[in-house]
Amino acid sequence: MKLTLRVWRQKNADAEGAMSTYEVDGISPDMSFLEMLDTLNEELILKGEDPVAFDHDCREGICGACSLVINGDAHGPERTTTCQLHMRSFSDGDTIDIEPWRASAFPVIKDLVVDRSAFDRIIQAGGYITAPTGAAPEAHATPVPKPDADFAFEHAECIGCGACVAACPNGAAMLFTSAKVNHLNVLPQGAPERETRVLDMVAQMDEEGFGGCTLTGECATACPKGIPLMSITSMNKEWLRATRRVGKR
Amino acid sequence: MARTVWDSTLGKKTVMAVSGLIMLLYLVAHMIGNLKIYFGAGEFNAYGHWLRTVGEPFMHYEWTLWLIRVVLVAAVVAHAVSAYQLSRRDIRARPSKYVHKRPRASYATRTMRWGGIILGLFIVWHVLDLTTGTVHSGGFQEGHPYQNVVDTFSTWYGNVIYIVAMLALGLHIRHGFWSAAQTLGAGSRTRDRALKIVANVLALLLTAGFIAVPVGVMTGVVS
Amino acid sequence: MTYTDYTTGAPVVDTKAPQGPVHERWDKRRFEAKLVNPANRRKHTVIVVGTGLAGGSAGATLAEQGYHVVQFCYQDSPRRAHSIAAQGGINAAKNYRNDGDSVHRLFYDTVKGGDFRARESNVHRLAQISVEIIDQCVAQGVPFAREYGGLLDTRSFGGVQVSRTFYARGQTGQQLLLGAYQALSRQIAAGNVEMHPRTEMLDLIVVDGRARGIVARDLITGRIDTYFADAVVLASGGYGNVFYLSTNAMNSNATAIWRAHRRGAWFANPCFTQIHPTCIPRTGDHQSKLTLMSESLRNDGRIWVPKAKGDDRPPHEIPEDERDYYLERIYPSFGNLVPRDIASRAAKNVCDEGRGVGPGGQGVYLDFADAIKRMGRGAVEAKYGNLFDMYQRITDEDPYQVPMRIYPAVHYTMGGLWVDYDLQTTIPGLFAIGEANFSDHGANRLGASALMQGLADGYFVLPATINDYLARNPLGDQVDAGHPVVQEVLAETEDRLHLLLSVDGDRTPDSFHREVGELMWEFCGMARTDSGLRKALERIPQIREEFWRRIKVPGTGEEFNQSLEKANRVVDYLELAELMCLDALHRAESCGGHFREESQTPDGEAARKDDEFAYAAAWEFNGTGEAPTLHKEDLVFEYVHPTQRSYA
Repeated sequence: MKLTLRVWRQKNADAEGAMSTYEVDGISPDMSFLEMLDTLNEELILKGEDPVAFDHDCREGICGACSLVINGDAHGPERTTTCQLHMRSFSDGDTIDIEPWRASAFPVIKDLVVDRSAFDRIIQAGGYITAPTGAAPEAHATPVPKPDADFAFEHAECIGCGACVAACPNGAAMLFTSAKVNHLNVLPQGAPERETRVLDMVAQMDEEGFGGCTLTGECATACPKGIPLMSITSMNKEWLRATRRVGKR
Repeated sequence: MARTVWDSTLGKKTVMAVSGLIMLLYLVAHMIGNLKIYFGAGEFNAYGHWLRTVGEPFMHYEWTLWLIRVVLVAAVVAHAVSAYQLSRRDIRARPSKYVHKRPRASYATRTMRWGGIILGLFIVWHVLDLTTGTVHSGGFQEGHPYQNVVDTFSTWYGNVIYIVAMLALGLHIRHGFWSAAQTLGAGSRTRDRALKIVANVLALLLTAGFIAVPVGVMTGVVS
Repeated sequence: MTYTDYTTGAPVVDTKAPQGPVHERWDKRRFEAKLVNPANRRKHTVIVVGTGLAGGSAGATLAEQGYHVVQFCYQDSPRRAHSIAAQGGINAAKNYRNDGDSVHRLFYDTVKGGDFRARESNVHRLAQISVEIIDQCVAQGVPFAREYGGLLDTRSFGGVQVSRTFYARGQTGQQLLLGAYQALSRQIAAGNVEMHPRTEMLDLIVVDGRARGIVARDLITGRIDTYFADAVVLASGGYGNVFYLSTNAMNSNATAIWRAHRRGAWFANPCFTQIHPTCIPRTGDHQSKLTLMSESLRNDGRIWVPKAKGDDRPPHEIPEDERDYYLERIYPSFGNLVPRDIASRAAKNVCDEGRGVGPGGQGVYLDFADAIKRMGRGAVEAKYGNLFDMYQRITDEDPYQVPMRIYPAVHYTMGGLWVDYDLQTTIPGLFAIGEANFSDHGANRLGASALMQGLADGYFVLPATINDYLARNPLGDQVDAGHPVVQEVLAETEDRLHLLLSVDGDRTPDSFHREVGELMWEFCGMARTDSGLRKALERIPQIREEFWRRIKVPGTGEEFNQSLEKANRVVDYLELAELMCLDALHRAESCGGHFREESQTPDGEAARKDDEFAYAAAWEFNGTGEAPTLHKEDLVFEYVHPTQRSYA
């Protein structure tokens, strides 16, 4: 396959960026999208040019590092991570636009690499259960109804890639935040911190400069792990509940 | 408490949802009242008069009406201010657009902001036209709402403004009602279909019900 | 003196190993270890490198205890460490199934599974702690699979006869890591952990014989800085990426442990590599990594190749009597469920005979046609649906219609830095935990044991043992950036990066990585021979020499430069590869993941030589390309007596 790539190039956080055009040839349909970029980078290095910087690590769809907007879609046309997207999803002669996640809470570091540390700070604000090592009771002491356990798991699957923010026209982090709130708040182990968790995480989310939710559903469509839009509703409910309860205290 | 709610994006969304639902409730009543125009000037004007005497003798003349007006103005202001502040925040959160454009989300969702602005302007016109009579075409007659309505919809622009606004209202309610349910945490996977149906039905009924008035005037059924 | 002329030094003795009955040793050691006064803990700084299961859990736990933790990871977030990719599950001797499991049985299985090349004391401790890990993780909110009664579900894994594996669908590693990450996040928020993401350790600072800090590079700005502490913990993972293609993450690397080795930490059993039989084969030269599929697939799939060489008909056109179900033929009683190392080697053998399938003949079929016939498509889908989907996404082939193609791939390294019972390396104050140490798995790791060991080390072992070291060393003797040793280490690091940038040759870092990786896969992979290893040992120094002549790294060191990161990692692979080959060469026996063709039974099975090799080989670094010194740690088996494995 022969392709034309238009790639966002930006030297560093302070520099102006722009799209640059590259031609790549000999692309196999079996290549992953990132392997296609590897091919481009090998050529660029040998030509003495700066290779395209992009985040990637596990390349099996679980670490959440890869983060490209391909032809306007976070992670490209298939519902998966960029690393699990294969070139057979494109046709010979295609022009492909490759851009970084765009949100003011995710500033560009270089080219296609962005800073997602805002997500870490949202988790730090309350996305945990206080259970110091050694203090745990016997695992079977508290049974968890299977539907609750499954609900928790479904939300715990979030890989923190940020596609939800990238896809949201408001740059909102509601889906990410709600995934963690729901995972922990449904479990009996998470109950003691149920109110503070959601209030603190939402406050931090606002603090980081993410936008508000207008329920466009773009986030859930882009999510490679299928976190449902309804997750946001559940978090809203938790937030309202917590607001009422904390107000009474 | 109130401060933290107002400072939070979720709090502002809650304000929007609650104020939106108040306005929606009012619109349903308003639409039903409007349809009385099909039963002639007598009944319609009497209904107009009744609105001022509701609650008597406990309430004084027009007190109930003013109470409703105050609540509505508060709802409109809260809704608009929240929307403005949230929109500004949303635009700041996504300052640069993608170079590669593609259509996103549903029509109703995307038109929420523009629809909201259209509806805001419409409300101003509507009040000046049929409540105060300031911009009314022809002679505005206090206490004769039937004639005033017929006058308004006898002009082409009156019909255009009204019908465009009511279509915008339908789209706004279609997304807004479902969205408010989500914001208030009332949605769930099992309820989602039902909520979407209710939203669509409400949107359709209100739009059709309101548009029925100018249509009646235009077709001569109401004159 | 050439590299292969290594000398044998004094034996290494684990001075921290407690004596007495095996089940009392951990308690005994914990009691004998000195404690640090809680009020003084804040004054101690501990550096932790890596945020995987071991590093994340250690950082969180040390901070909870009151230590000041300074933690590093090369990823943009501690949540992305490669532990996240572990699929299968985590073992624990809970005996919830009442199926005869016990701490002793898990201990026994692990020592035997490791082919008698692990320490009994360590393995027993691991089995004891396994039950606490499950409690801890459940308390943190890890969403393990549950049954309808609300209790935890378990399954049998890797041919083990008891159901002791706890799991969270196919994402157990992810869920356990997020648990540790969340505990760590809590400590970061509390100010007890100073977290440095996107910062890579490039060297170790050893002052007066004690580990006192590290040199690390900020991957965004390129700034190289020194960080000081009272102890340094390496939790940087394994070194499987020496092979270029492996199931490791792209950026997983050996730099932290290799630099520590160069500074005096001995490296034990580097040749012990686990090769996993059920990975998706490579599709071409562009392949950048390999993807594992859970070995549970072997429970129902049948593995075969055509009987005839070079038979390139599509699988459905090959009649039944022209297929060779080779595992079922060679191992009639275990069939497709033989241990990982045996299944891997058998696949290699049939492919070497020219009977492999798929591109390049590097694959064998894993066929579910019979399973679908027997159980129905629905049942197969319920059991393996997500794996089939993953396979289809990567290969574009429908495994319900066409047999899967699989091939072995490097998956885990049992070798690593030599540590004593306290997990301390031969450099006082330097600890190694998780896959980074030479670990408790001996010569072969059992399925679902890596997660168990990482968390045991991080949550329970290290936080107990590091106290002893810190308590015995006085507070207040500070090292600072002005110390001559620090200056020297910093200058060496800067010079190395500068040199990489200044060669301006004509080959990319990846091309060298690929070359050494292919060499290692061929000669130090699934089957090793004296002559092959010698060939590799001759070639590696040549590649190294060529590397420093022809490497091309664009850009500068003062910016985000992924080529520079990569090139610097390849520098270390080019040295580590050599030690791996030497270790494989010296160990003229077959055991676990290490198969020497010269040492096999008449029917082609691995033959251990306990009289000669019942020891862990700890290597001391003497200089790049210089012959290292071998120190043997004799392994004594009091409870589990060595037997030859047999699966026929």
